[in-house]
Amino acid sequence: MLDFSSSFALVIPELILTGAGLVLLLVAAWVGDKAARAATIVAAGTLFTAGLFTIPGLHFGTDGPDTYAFGTLLKIDSFALFSKALIYLAGIGALMVAPAFFNGPAAASERGLRAEYPVLVLFATLGMSIMVSASDFMTLYMGLELNSLAAYVLAAILRKDTRSAEAGLKYFVLGALASGILLYGISLLYGFTGGTDFASVRAGLEGELSTGQLFGLTFVLAGLAFKIAAVPFHMWTPDVYEGAPTPVTLFFATAPKVAAVALTARVVFEVFGGQVQAWQQIVMFTALASIVFGALGAIGQDNLKRLLAYSSINNVGFILLGLAVATPAGASAMLIYLVIYVVMSLGSFTALLMLRGADGELYETFGDIAGLAVTRPAIAWALLLFMFSLAGIPPLLGFYSKFVVFQAVVEADLIVFAAIGIAASVIGAFYYIKFVKVMFFDEPVGLATGKSETSHWVLLAITAAIISPLGYLMTGSISDLANKAAYALFLAV
Amino acid sequence: MTIGIEHYLVVGAILFVLGVLGIFLNRKNVIVILMAVELILLAVNINLVAFSAFKGDLVGQVFAMMVLTVAAAEAAIGLAILVIYFRGRGTIAVDDVNRMKG
Repeated sequence: MLDFSSSFALVIPELILTGAGLVLLLVAAWVGDKAARAATIVAAGTLFTAGLFTIPGLHFGTDGPDTYAFGTLLKIDSFALFSKALIYLAGIGALMVAPAFFNGPAAASERGLRAEYPVLVLFATLGMSIMVSASDFMTLYMGLELNSLAAYVLAAILRKDTRSAEAGLKYFVLGALASGILLYGISLLYGFTGGTDFASVRAGLEGELSTGQLFGLTFVLAGLAFKIAAVPFHMWTPDVYEGAPTPVTLFFATAPKVAAVALTARVVFEVFGGQVQAWQQIVMFTALASIVFGALGAIGQDNLKRLLAYSSINNVGFILLGLAVATPAGASAMLIYLVIYVVMSLGSFTALLMLRGADGELYETFGDIAGLAVTRPAIAWALLLFMFSLAGIPPLLGFYSKFVVFQAVVEADLIVFAAIGIAASVIGAFYYIKFVKVMFFDEPVGLATGKSETSHWVLLAITAAIISPLGYLMTGSISDLANKAAYALFLAV
Repeated sequence: MTIGIEHYLVVGAILFVLGVLGIFLNRKNVIVILMAVELILLAVNINLVAFSAFKGDLVGQVFAMMVLTVAAAEAAIGLAILVIYFRGRGTIAVDDVNRMKG
Protein backbone atom coordinates (compact mmCIF):
# COMPACT_ATOMS: atom_id res chain seq x y z
CA MET A 1 0.00 0.00 0.00
CA LEU A 2 0.89 3.64 -0.09
CA ASP A 3 3.59 4.82 2.14
CA PHE A 4 2.34 8.26 2.97
CA SER A 5 5.35 9.54 4.88
CA SER A 6 7.71 8.88 1.97
CA SER A 7 5.19 10.47 -0.40
CA PHE A 8 5.01 13.57 1.73
CA ALA A 9 8.80 13.71 1.93
CA LEU A 10 8.91 13.88 -1.86
CA VAL A 11 6.45 16.77 -2.13
CA ILE A 12 8.01 19.05 0.53
CA PRO A 13 8.43 21.96 -1.91
CA GLU A 14 4.74 21.80 -2.86
CA LEU A 15 3.72 21.56 0.80
CA ILE A 16 5.79 24.65 1.61
CA LEU A 17 4.23 26.58 -1.27
CA THR A 18 0.70 25.51 -0.32
CA GLY A 19 1.16 26.46 3.32
CA ALA A 20 2.75 29.81 2.55
CA GLY A 21 0.15 30.56 -0.12
CA LEU A 22 -2.75 29.93 2.25
CA VAL A 23 -1.19 31.93 5.09
CA LEU A 24 -0.42 34.86 2.81
CA LEU A 25 -3.95 34.70 1.43
CA LEU A 26 -5.29 35.14 4.97
CA VAL A 27 -2.82 37.95 5.61
CA ALA A 28 -3.88 39.64 2.37
CA ALA A 29 -7.54 39.36 3.34
CA TRP A 30 -6.98 40.64 6.88
CA VAL A 31 -4.32 43.30 6.60
CA GLY A 32 -4.98 44.35 3.02
CA ASP A 33 -2.58 46.04 0.63
CA LYS A 34 -0.48 47.50 3.46
CA ALA A 35 1.04 44.02 3.76
CA ALA A 36 1.74 43.73 0.04
CA ARG A 37 5.46 44.49 0.18
CA ALA A 38 6.11 42.21 3.14
CA ALA A 39 4.02 39.47 1.53
CA THR A 40 6.07 39.76 -1.65
CA ILE A 41 9.31 39.35 0.28
CA VAL A 42 7.92 36.37 2.22
CA ALA A 43 6.67 34.79 -1.03
CA ALA A 44 10.10 35.18 -2.65
CA GLY A 45 11.69 33.66 0.46
CA THR A 46 9.24 30.77 0.29
CA LEU A 47 10.08 30.07 -3.34
CA PHE A 48 13.77 30.16 -2.44
CA THR A 49 13.26 27.72 0.44
CA ALA A 50 11.19 25.40 -1.74
CA GLY A 51 13.96 25.59 -4.34
CA LEU A 52 16.56 24.54 -1.74
CA PHE A 53 14.72 21.25 -1.28
CA THR A 54 15.18 20.41 -4.95
CA ILE A 55 18.99 20.67 -4.75
CA PRO A 56 19.96 17.30 -3.18
CA GLY A 57 17.85 15.32 -5.64
CA LEU A 58 19.14 17.38 -8.53
CA HIS A 59 22.74 16.96 -7.46
CA PHE A 60 22.71 13.20 -7.06
CA GLY A 61 20.14 12.54 -9.76
CA THR A 62 16.94 10.73 -8.85
CA ASP A 63 15.04 8.39 -11.10
CA GLY A 64 13.34 5.03 -11.06
CA PRO A 65 10.38 3.71 -9.08
CA ASP A 66 11.34 5.40 -5.80
CA THR A 67 10.33 8.75 -7.25
CA TYR A 68 6.61 7.98 -7.39
CA ALA A 69 4.50 9.74 -4.76
CA PHE A 70 0.90 8.94 -3.83
CA GLY A 71 0.65 5.77 -5.87
CA THR A 72 1.41 6.84 -9.41
CA LEU A 73 -0.08 10.33 -9.22
CA LEU A 74 3.19 12.23 -9.03
CA LYS A 75 6.72 11.44 -10.13
CA ILE A 76 9.43 13.56 -8.54
CA ASP A 77 12.49 12.62 -10.57
CA SER A 78 15.50 14.67 -11.68
CA PHE A 79 13.55 16.00 -14.64
CA ALA A 80 10.75 17.35 -12.41
CA LEU A 81 13.28 18.80 -9.95
CA PHE A 82 15.23 20.52 -12.72
CA SER A 83 12.09 22.16 -14.09
CA LYS A 84 10.92 23.09 -10.60
CA ALA A 85 14.17 24.81 -9.70
CA LEU A 86 13.93 26.85 -12.89
CA ILE A 87 10.26 27.71 -12.29
CA TYR A 88 10.96 28.88 -8.73
CA LEU A 89 13.81 31.08 -9.94
CA ALA A 90 11.54 32.67 -12.55
CA GLY A 91 8.88 33.16 -9.86
CA ILE A 92 11.41 34.95 -7.63
CA GLY A 93 12.27 37.19 -10.58
CA ALA A 94 8.60 38.08 -11.12
CA LEU A 95 8.25 38.92 -7.41
CA MET A 96 11.46 40.97 -7.32
CA VAL A 97 10.47 43.38 -10.08
CA ALA A 98 6.85 43.83 -8.98
CA PRO A 99 6.86 46.31 -6.05
CA ALA A 100 8.82 49.00 -7.92
CA PHE A 101 6.50 48.70 -10.93
CA PHE A 102 3.14 48.65 -9.17
CA ASN A 103 4.04 51.37 -6.70
CA GLY A 104 5.38 53.61 -9.46
CA PRO A 105 3.23 56.10 -11.37
CA ALA A 106 2.94 53.71 -14.33
CA ALA A 107 0.16 51.99 -12.46
CA ALA A 108 -0.99 55.26 -10.91
CA SER A 109 -4.70 54.71 -11.43
CA GLU A 110 -4.49 51.77 -9.04
CA ARG A 111 -3.75 51.55 -5.34
CA GLY A 112 -0.19 50.31 -5.84
CA LEU A 113 1.03 46.77 -5.31
CA ARG A 114 -1.86 44.56 -4.28
CA ALA A 115 -1.40 41.91 -1.63
CA GLU A 116 -3.01 39.38 -4.00
CA TYR A 117 -0.08 39.56 -6.39
CA PRO A 118 2.42 37.44 -4.38
CA VAL A 119 -0.36 35.02 -3.42
CA LEU A 120 -1.34 34.48 -7.05
CA VAL A 121 2.28 34.06 -8.10
CA LEU A 122 2.74 31.45 -5.35
CA PHE A 123 -0.36 29.49 -6.41
CA ALA A 124 0.61 29.68 -10.07
CA THR A 125 4.08 28.32 -9.23
CA LEU A 126 2.49 25.59 -7.12
CA GLY A 127 0.34 24.61 -10.11
CA MET A 128 3.38 24.51 -12.35
CA SER A 129 5.24 22.45 -9.77
CA ILE A 130 2.45 19.87 -9.89
CA MET A 131 2.34 20.00 -13.69
CA VAL A 132 5.98 19.11 -14.14
CA SER A 133 5.81 16.23 -11.68
CA ALA A 134 2.49 14.85 -12.91
CA SER A 135 2.45 11.18 -13.76
CA ASP A 136 -1.30 10.82 -14.21
CA PHE A 137 -3.62 12.81 -16.43
CA MET A 138 -5.68 13.77 -13.40
CA THR A 139 -2.79 15.48 -11.61
CA LEU A 140 -1.69 16.96 -14.92
CA TYR A 141 -5.07 18.62 -15.34
CA MET A 142 -5.28 19.84 -11.74
CA GLY A 143 -1.80 21.37 -11.91
CA LEU A 144 -2.47 22.96 -15.27
CA GLU A 145 -5.71 24.54 -14.08
CA LEU A 146 -4.24 25.77 -10.79
CA ASN A 147 -1.56 27.50 -12.81
CA SER A 148 -3.94 28.84 -15.46
CA LEU A 149 -6.63 30.15 -13.11
CA ALA A 150 -4.04 32.13 -11.15
CA ALA A 151 -2.49 33.36 -14.39
CA TYR A 152 -5.80 34.69 -15.78
CA VAL A 153 -6.23 36.84 -12.71
CA LEU A 154 -2.62 38.00 -12.80
CA ALA A 155 -3.04 39.20 -16.40
CA ALA A 156 -6.04 41.31 -15.38
CA ILE A 157 -4.58 42.55 -12.08
CA LEU A 158 -4.51 46.23 -13.11
CA ARG A 159 -8.26 46.45 -12.87
CA LYS A 160 -8.66 50.00 -14.12
CA ASP A 161 -6.37 49.57 -17.09
CA THR A 162 -8.56 48.46 -20.01
CA ARG A 163 -5.62 46.83 -21.77
CA SER A 164 -4.89 44.66 -18.74
CA ALA A 165 -8.54 43.61 -18.44
CA GLU A 166 -8.66 42.82 -22.14
CA ALA A 167 -5.48 40.75 -21.85
CA GLY A 168 -7.05 38.84 -18.97
CA LEU A 169 -10.22 38.22 -20.96
CA LYS A 170 -8.39 36.99 -24.06
CA TYR A 171 -6.08 34.81 -22.02
CA PHE A 172 -9.04 33.35 -20.17
CA VAL A 173 -11.09 32.52 -23.26
CA LEU A 174 -8.23 30.94 -25.21
CA GLY A 175 -6.78 29.25 -22.13
CA ALA A 176 -10.15 27.71 -21.30
CA LEU A 177 -10.50 26.52 -24.90
CA ALA A 178 -7.02 24.96 -24.68
CA SER A 179 -7.90 23.17 -21.44
CA GLY A 180 -11.10 21.92 -23.09
CA ILE A 181 -9.22 20.54 -26.08
CA LEU A 182 -6.64 18.92 -23.81
CA LEU A 183 -9.36 17.35 -21.66
CA TYR A 184 -11.22 16.03 -24.68
CA GLY A 185 -8.02 14.34 -25.79
CA ILE A 186 -7.51 12.93 -22.30
CA SER A 187 -11.06 11.54 -22.25
CA LEU A 188 -10.46 9.78 -25.59
CA LEU A 189 -7.14 8.38 -24.39
CA TYR A 190 -8.82 7.15 -21.20
CA GLY A 191 -11.57 5.45 -23.17
CA PHE A 192 -9.38 3.84 -25.78
CA THR A 193 -6.53 2.73 -23.52
CA GLY A 194 -7.98 1.99 -20.10
CA GLY A 195 -6.61 4.33 -17.49
CA THR A 196 -5.51 7.84 -16.72
CA ASP A 197 -2.07 7.17 -15.28
CA PHE A 198 0.77 7.52 -17.77
CA ALA A 199 1.94 3.92 -17.45
CA SER A 200 -1.40 2.33 -18.30
CA VAL A 201 -2.13 4.78 -21.14
CA ARG A 202 1.29 3.91 -22.52
CA ALA A 203 0.58 0.20 -22.18
CA GLY A 204 -2.75 0.70 -23.99
CA LEU A 205 -1.04 2.49 -26.87
CA GLU A 206 1.07 -0.53 -27.91
CA GLY A 207 1.01 -1.51 -31.56
CA GLU A 208 -1.00 0.16 -34.30
CA LEU A 209 -2.91 3.22 -33.07
CA SER A 210 -6.69 3.14 -33.45
CA THR A 211 -8.52 6.23 -34.74
CA GLY A 212 -9.73 7.12 -31.27
CA GLN A 213 -6.21 6.89 -29.84
CA LEU A 214 -4.80 8.98 -32.66
CA PHE A 215 -7.46 11.64 -32.09
CA GLY A 216 -6.70 11.60 -28.38
CA LEU A 217 -2.98 12.03 -28.98
CA THR A 218 -3.55 14.91 -31.41
CA PHE A 219 -5.97 16.73 -29.11
CA VAL A 220 -3.63 16.40 -26.13
CA LEU A 221 -0.71 17.76 -28.16
CA ALA A 222 -2.86 20.62 -29.49
CA GLY A 223 -3.96 21.57 -25.98
CA LEU A 224 -0.36 21.56 -24.78
CA ALA A 225 0.80 23.59 -27.81
CA PHE A 226 -1.73 26.25 -26.80
CA LYS A 227 -0.17 26.46 -23.35
CA ILE A 228 3.36 26.69 -24.76
CA ALA A 229 2.20 29.30 -27.31
CA ALA A 230 3.59 27.36 -30.25
CA VAL A 231 2.38 27.99 -33.81
CA PRO A 232 -0.44 27.36 -34.90
CA PHE A 233 -1.85 28.01 -31.41
CA HIS A 234 0.10 31.19 -30.68
CA MET A 235 -2.35 33.97 -31.58
CA TRP A 236 -3.14 34.91 -27.99
CA THR A 237 0.49 35.51 -27.04
CA PRO A 238 1.20 38.99 -28.48
CA ASP A 239 -2.04 40.45 -27.14
CA VAL A 240 -1.64 38.98 -23.67
CA TYR A 241 2.04 39.94 -23.44
CA GLU A 242 1.29 43.49 -24.54
CA GLY A 243 -1.76 44.02 -22.35
CA ALA A 244 -0.62 42.40 -19.12
CA PRO A 245 1.44 44.56 -16.72
CA THR A 246 5.14 44.10 -17.52
CA PRO A 247 6.09 42.13 -14.34
CA VAL A 248 3.28 39.72 -15.18
CA THR A 249 4.47 39.48 -18.78
CA LEU A 250 7.93 38.68 -17.44
CA PHE A 251 6.35 35.90 -15.38
CA PHE A 252 4.31 34.53 -18.33
CA ALA A 253 7.33 34.53 -20.62
CA THR A 254 9.38 32.44 -18.19
CA ALA A 255 7.81 30.13 -15.60
CA PRO A 256 4.67 28.86 -17.42
CA LYS A 257 6.75 28.28 -20.55
CA VAL A 258 9.15 26.06 -18.61
CA ALA A 259 6.26 24.19 -17.01
CA ALA A 260 4.35 23.67 -20.26
CA VAL A 261 7.44 22.57 -22.19
CA ALA A 262 8.47 20.18 -19.41
CA LEU A 263 4.94 18.80 -19.27
CA THR A 264 4.90 18.27 -23.03
CA ALA A 265 8.25 16.52 -22.86
CA ARG A 266 6.97 14.28 -20.10
CA VAL A 267 3.79 13.44 -22.01
CA VAL A 268 5.44 12.71 -25.35
CA PHE A 269 8.19 10.56 -23.85
CA GLU A 270 6.38 8.78 -21.04
CA VAL A 271 2.92 8.40 -22.56
CA PHE A 272 3.57 8.41 -26.29
CA GLY A 273 7.13 7.09 -25.95
CA GLY A 274 6.26 3.90 -27.82
CA GLN A 275 4.71 5.84 -30.70
CA VAL A 276 7.50 8.24 -31.60
CA GLN A 277 6.63 8.35 -35.31
CA ALA A 278 3.06 9.42 -34.43
CA TRP A 279 4.04 12.59 -32.55
CA GLN A 280 7.47 13.39 -33.94
CA GLN A 281 6.13 14.91 -37.17
CA ILE A 282 3.55 16.98 -35.27
CA VAL A 283 6.14 18.38 -32.86
CA MET A 284 8.66 18.94 -35.67
CA PHE A 285 6.08 20.88 -37.70
CA THR A 286 5.10 22.96 -34.66
CA ALA A 287 8.75 23.67 -33.89
CA LEU A 288 9.67 24.83 -37.38
CA ALA A 289 6.43 26.79 -37.83
CA SER A 290 7.08 28.56 -34.50
CA ILE A 291 10.62 29.45 -35.51
CA VAL A 292 9.51 30.84 -38.88
CA PHE A 293 6.33 32.65 -37.78
CA GLY A 294 7.98 33.97 -34.64
CA ALA A 295 10.73 35.50 -36.76
CA LEU A 296 8.39 36.88 -39.47
CA GLY A 297 5.69 38.12 -37.09
CA ALA A 298 8.12 40.24 -35.10
CA ILE A 299 9.30 42.23 -38.09
CA GLY A 300 6.43 44.72 -38.34
CA GLN A 301 5.99 45.29 -34.61
CA ASP A 302 6.43 48.66 -32.98
CA ASN A 303 5.54 47.74 -29.42
CA LEU A 304 8.54 46.19 -27.66
CA LYS A 305 6.48 43.83 -25.51
CA ARG A 306 4.70 42.54 -28.62
CA LEU A 307 8.08 42.09 -30.28
CA LEU A 308 9.39 40.10 -27.33
CA ALA A 309 6.21 37.99 -27.48
CA TYR A 310 7.03 37.01 -31.07
CA SER A 311 10.61 36.47 -30.00
CA SER A 312 9.37 34.05 -27.32
CA ILE A 313 7.35 32.15 -29.95
CA ASN A 314 10.53 31.93 -32.02
CA ASN A 315 12.53 30.66 -29.03
CA VAL A 316 9.89 28.11 -28.14
CA GLY A 317 10.33 26.78 -31.66
CA PHE A 318 14.00 26.06 -30.96
CA ILE A 319 13.09 24.43 -27.64
CA LEU A 320 10.55 22.19 -29.37
CA LEU A 321 13.13 21.38 -32.03
CA GLY A 322 15.22 19.80 -29.29
CA LEU A 323 12.16 17.87 -28.15
CA ALA A 324 11.27 16.72 -31.67
CA VAL A 325 14.62 15.00 -32.04
CA ALA A 326 13.37 12.43 -29.52
CA THR A 327 16.81 11.47 -28.21
CA PRO A 328 18.30 12.01 -24.74
CA ALA A 329 20.73 14.50 -26.29
CA GLY A 330 17.78 16.44 -27.72
CA ALA A 331 15.95 16.49 -24.39
CA SER A 332 19.08 17.65 -22.62
CA ALA A 333 19.59 20.39 -25.26
CA MET A 334 15.97 21.44 -24.75
CA LEU A 335 16.55 21.85 -21.00
CA ILE A 336 19.76 23.84 -21.51
CA TYR A 337 17.95 26.09 -23.99
CA LEU A 338 15.13 26.56 -21.45
CA VAL A 339 17.55 27.71 -18.74
CA ILE A 340 19.26 30.22 -21.01
CA TYR A 341 15.94 31.39 -22.48
CA VAL A 342 14.58 32.06 -18.99
CA VAL A 343 17.63 34.15 -18.10
CA MET A 344 17.42 36.13 -21.35
CA SER A 345 13.68 36.78 -20.90
CA LEU A 346 14.10 37.86 -17.29
CA GLY A 347 16.83 40.24 -18.37
CA SER A 348 15.11 41.76 -21.39
CA PHE A 349 11.77 42.33 -19.64
CA THR A 350 13.55 43.84 -16.63
CA ALA A 351 15.33 46.21 -19.01
CA LEU A 352 11.93 47.17 -20.50
CA LEU A 353 10.64 47.84 -16.98
CA MET A 354 13.49 50.26 -16.44
CA LEU A 355 12.58 52.42 -19.44
CA ARG A 356 10.74 55.15 -17.58
CA GLY A 357 10.23 58.85 -18.03
CA ALA A 358 11.12 61.49 -15.47
CA ASP A 359 7.63 61.16 -14.01
CA GLY A 360 7.86 57.39 -13.98
CA GLU A 361 5.64 56.67 -17.00
CA LEU A 362 6.54 53.52 -18.92
CA TYR A 363 7.87 53.57 -22.46
CA GLU A 364 7.42 50.52 -24.62
CA THR A 365 7.67 51.39 -28.32
CA PHE A 366 10.61 51.73 -30.69
CA GLY A 367 10.10 55.49 -31.04
CA ASP A 368 10.57 55.97 -27.29
CA ILE A 369 13.91 54.22 -27.04
CA ALA A 370 15.67 56.02 -29.93
CA GLY A 371 19.16 57.00 -28.87
CA LEU A 372 18.90 55.21 -25.55
CA ALA A 373 22.66 54.70 -25.60
CA VAL A 374 23.09 58.43 -24.93
CA THR A 375 20.38 58.88 -22.30
CA ARG A 376 20.61 55.55 -20.42
CA PRO A 377 23.86 53.88 -21.54
CA ALA A 378 23.84 51.07 -18.94
CA ILE A 379 20.36 49.86 -19.95
CA ALA A 380 21.15 50.23 -23.64
CA TRP A 381 24.29 48.09 -23.31
CA ALA A 382 22.40 45.49 -21.29
CA LEU A 383 19.65 45.38 -23.93
CA LEU A 384 22.32 45.04 -26.58
CA LEU A 385 23.66 41.99 -24.76
CA PHE A 386 20.20 40.42 -24.49
CA MET A 387 19.25 41.12 -28.10
CA PHE A 388 22.50 39.74 -29.51
CA SER A 389 22.14 36.76 -27.20
CA LEU A 390 18.53 36.14 -28.36
CA ALA A 391 19.78 36.36 -31.94
CA GLY A 392 22.43 33.75 -31.10
CA ILE A 393 25.54 35.80 -31.82
CA PRO A 394 28.64 33.84 -30.71
CA PRO A 395 30.41 35.20 -27.67
CA LEU A 396 27.12 35.36 -25.76
CA LEU A 397 25.35 32.50 -24.05
CA GLY A 398 22.39 32.54 -26.47
CA PHE A 399 24.74 31.08 -29.06
CA TYR A 400 25.52 28.09 -26.86
CA SER A 401 21.83 27.23 -26.41
CA LYS A 402 21.21 27.28 -30.17
CA PHE A 403 24.42 25.35 -30.71
CA VAL A 404 23.45 22.43 -28.46
CA VAL A 405 19.99 22.20 -30.04
CA PHE A 406 21.35 22.16 -33.58
CA GLN A 407 24.03 19.70 -32.57
CA ALA A 408 21.35 17.30 -31.31
CA VAL A 409 19.31 17.81 -34.49
CA VAL A 410 22.29 17.13 -36.74
CA GLU A 411 23.39 14.09 -34.73
CA ALA A 412 19.92 12.62 -35.27
CA ASP A 413 20.37 13.01 -39.07
CA LEU A 414 17.67 15.64 -39.42
CA ILE A 415 19.94 18.08 -41.25
CA VAL A 416 17.15 19.55 -43.41
CA PHE A 417 15.29 20.73 -40.31
CA ALA A 418 18.46 22.20 -38.84
CA ALA A 419 18.97 24.12 -42.07
CA ILE A 420 15.41 25.55 -41.95
CA GLY A 421 15.92 26.52 -38.32
CA ILE A 422 19.20 28.30 -39.02
CA ALA A 423 17.71 30.14 -42.03
CA ALA A 424 14.81 31.38 -39.89
CA SER A 425 17.11 32.48 -37.10
CA VAL A 426 18.88 34.69 -39.62
CA ILE A 427 15.52 36.34 -40.40
CA GLY A 428 14.99 36.73 -36.67
CA ALA A 429 18.31 38.50 -36.30
CA PHE A 430 16.82 41.39 -38.33
CA TYR A 431 14.63 42.75 -35.57
CA TYR A 432 17.10 42.08 -32.80
CA ILE A 433 19.62 44.15 -34.72
CA LYS A 434 16.96 46.79 -35.42
CA PHE A 435 16.60 47.09 -31.65
CA VAL A 436 20.31 47.82 -31.35
CA LYS A 437 20.29 50.18 -34.32
CA VAL A 438 17.45 52.26 -32.85
CA MET A 439 19.14 52.48 -29.46
CA PHE A 440 22.63 53.26 -30.67
CA PHE A 441 22.38 55.09 -34.00
CA ASP A 442 19.10 57.01 -33.95
CA GLU A 443 18.69 60.62 -32.85
CA PRO A 444 18.13 60.59 -29.04
CA VAL A 445 14.54 61.48 -28.08
CA GLY A 446 15.47 61.70 -24.40
CA LEU A 447 12.17 60.30 -23.15
CA ALA A 448 13.27 57.43 -20.93
CA THR A 449 15.38 59.38 -18.46
CA GLY A 450 13.73 58.46 -15.16
CA LYS A 451 15.51 56.75 -12.30
CA SER A 452 15.40 52.98 -11.94
CA GLU A 453 14.86 50.97 -8.79
CA THR A 454 17.63 49.00 -7.08
CA SER A 455 15.78 45.68 -7.40
CA HIS A 456 15.64 46.15 -11.18
CA TRP A 457 19.34 47.01 -11.34
CA VAL A 458 20.22 43.90 -9.35
CA LEU A 459 18.22 41.56 -11.57
CA LEU A 460 19.54 43.25 -14.71
CA ALA A 461 23.14 42.91 -13.52
CA ILE A 462 22.75 39.24 -12.59
CA THR A 463 21.09 38.26 -15.87
CA ALA A 464 23.52 40.31 -17.95
CA ALA A 465 26.47 38.66 -16.18
CA ILE A 466 25.08 35.19 -16.89
CA ILE A 467 24.40 36.02 -20.56
CA SER A 468 27.85 37.53 -21.05
CA PRO A 469 30.67 35.12 -21.96
CA LEU A 470 31.16 34.61 -18.19
CA GLY A 471 28.11 32.34 -18.38
CA TYR A 472 30.15 29.72 -20.22
CA LEU A 473 31.75 28.89 -16.88
CA MET A 474 28.36 27.51 -15.81
CA THR A 475 27.59 25.50 -18.92
CA GLY A 476 29.47 22.46 -17.62
CA SER A 477 27.38 22.07 -14.50
CA ILE A 478 24.12 22.98 -16.27
CA SER A 479 24.78 20.35 -18.95
CA ASP A 480 25.53 17.82 -16.24
CA LEU A 481 22.21 18.51 -14.48
CA ALA A 482 20.33 18.57 -17.80
CA ASN A 483 21.82 15.22 -18.76
CA LYS A 484 20.73 13.69 -15.46
CA ALA A 485 17.24 15.11 -15.95
CA ALA A 486 17.04 13.84 -19.54
CA TYR A 487 18.25 10.43 -18.35
CA ALA A 488 15.43 10.25 -15.78
CA LEU A 489 12.96 11.20 -18.50
CA PHE A 490 14.19 8.49 -20.84
CA LEU A 491 14.23 5.75 -18.25
CA ALA A 492 10.62 4.97 -19.11
CA VAL A 493 11.24 4.82 -22.86
CA MET B 1 -31.95 -0.62 -30.80
CA THR B 2 -29.55 -0.77 -27.90
CA ILE B 3 -27.72 2.38 -26.94
CA GLY B 4 -24.01 1.65 -27.23
CA ILE B 5 -20.89 3.58 -26.32
CA GLU B 6 -20.69 5.11 -29.80
CA HIS B 7 -23.97 6.96 -29.30
CA TYR B 8 -22.59 8.66 -26.23
CA LEU B 9 -19.37 9.49 -28.04
CA VAL B 10 -21.31 11.05 -30.92
CA VAL B 11 -23.28 13.23 -28.50
CA GLY B 12 -20.03 14.21 -26.81
CA ALA B 13 -18.39 15.03 -30.14
CA ILE B 14 -21.38 17.13 -31.28
CA LEU B 15 -21.37 19.10 -28.01
CA PHE B 16 -17.60 19.61 -28.29
CA VAL B 17 -17.82 20.91 -31.85
CA LEU B 18 -20.74 23.18 -30.91
CA GLY B 19 -18.65 24.58 -28.07
CA VAL B 20 -15.65 25.28 -30.29
CA LEU B 21 -17.83 26.84 -32.97
CA GLY B 22 -19.55 28.89 -30.28
CA ILE B 23 -16.19 30.43 -29.38
CA PHE B 24 -15.04 31.15 -32.91
CA LEU B 25 -18.23 32.03 -34.79
CA ASN B 26 -19.86 34.07 -32.07
CA ARG B 27 -19.66 37.80 -32.83
CA LYS B 28 -22.13 38.97 -30.24
CA ASN B 29 -21.10 38.83 -26.67
CA VAL B 30 -18.59 37.35 -24.32
CA ILE B 31 -21.12 35.61 -22.07
CA VAL B 32 -21.92 33.29 -24.99
CA ILE B 33 -18.23 32.37 -25.08
CA LEU B 34 -18.35 31.43 -21.40
CA MET B 35 -21.34 29.21 -22.14
CA ALA B 36 -19.48 27.62 -25.06
CA VAL B 37 -16.55 26.84 -22.74
CA GLU B 38 -18.93 25.11 -20.35
CA LEU B 39 -20.35 23.14 -23.27
CA ILE B 40 -16.87 21.84 -24.13
CA LEU B 41 -16.26 20.73 -20.56
CA LEU B 42 -19.65 19.00 -20.44
CA ALA B 43 -18.86 17.17 -23.66
CA VAL B 44 -15.71 15.90 -21.95
CA ASN B 45 -17.76 14.81 -18.94
CA ILE B 46 -20.19 12.84 -21.12
CA ASN B 47 -17.23 11.05 -22.69
CA LEU B 48 -15.63 10.29 -19.35
CA VAL B 49 -18.79 9.02 -17.70
CA ALA B 50 -19.80 6.95 -20.74
CA PHE B 51 -16.37 5.31 -20.95
CA SER B 52 -16.40 4.75 -17.21
CA ALA B 53 -19.80 3.05 -17.31
CA PHE B 54 -18.98 0.84 -20.29
CA LYS B 55 -15.59 -0.19 -18.95
CA GLY B 56 -16.83 -0.71 -15.41
CA ASP B 57 -13.95 1.44 -14.16
CA LEU B 58 -14.56 4.23 -11.66
CA VAL B 59 -11.60 6.44 -12.54
CA GLY B 60 -13.56 8.18 -15.29
CA GLN B 61 -16.29 9.24 -12.91
CA VAL B 62 -13.77 10.55 -10.40
CA PHE B 63 -12.19 12.53 -13.22
CA ALA B 64 -15.60 13.89 -14.22
CA MET B 65 -16.09 15.16 -10.66
CA MET B 66 -12.73 16.91 -10.83
CA VAL B 67 -13.66 18.50 -14.14
CA LEU B 68 -16.98 19.73 -12.72
CA THR B 69 -15.22 21.33 -9.75
CA VAL B 70 -12.61 23.03 -11.89
CA ALA B 71 -15.30 24.17 -14.34
CA ALA B 72 -17.09 25.94 -11.49
CA ALA B 73 -13.88 27.75 -10.46
CA GLU B 74 -13.16 28.60 -14.07
CA ALA B 75 -16.63 30.08 -14.62
CA ALA B 76 -16.27 32.18 -11.46
CA ILE B 77 -12.94 33.61 -12.58
CA GLY B 78 -14.21 34.15 -16.12
CA LEU B 79 -17.20 36.13 -14.90
CA ALA B 80 -15.02 38.15 -12.52
CA ILE B 81 -12.69 39.13 -15.35
CA LEU B 82 -15.72 39.95 -17.50
CA VAL B 83 -17.05 42.25 -14.79
CA ILE B 84 -13.85 44.29 -14.55
CA TYR B 85 -13.66 44.38 -18.33
CA PHE B 86 -17.22 45.74 -18.50
CA ARG B 87 -16.46 48.36 -15.85
CA GLY B 88 -13.58 49.65 -17.91
CA ARG B 89 -15.13 49.54 -21.35
CA GLY B 90 -18.90 49.60 -20.83
CA THR B 91 -19.47 46.85 -23.37
CA ILE B 92 -19.03 43.10 -23.66
CA ALA B 93 -19.54 42.78 -27.43
CA VAL B 94 -16.91 40.49 -28.93
CA ASP B 95 -16.17 42.93 -31.77
CA ASP B 96 -15.17 45.58 -29.26
CA VAL B 97 -12.43 43.47 -27.66
CA ASN B 98 -9.84 45.19 -29.83
CA ARG B 99 -7.72 47.59 -27.79
CA MET B 100 -4.75 45.61 -29.05
CA LYS B 101 -4.80 44.42 -32.62
CA GLY B 102 -4.28 40.70 -32.86
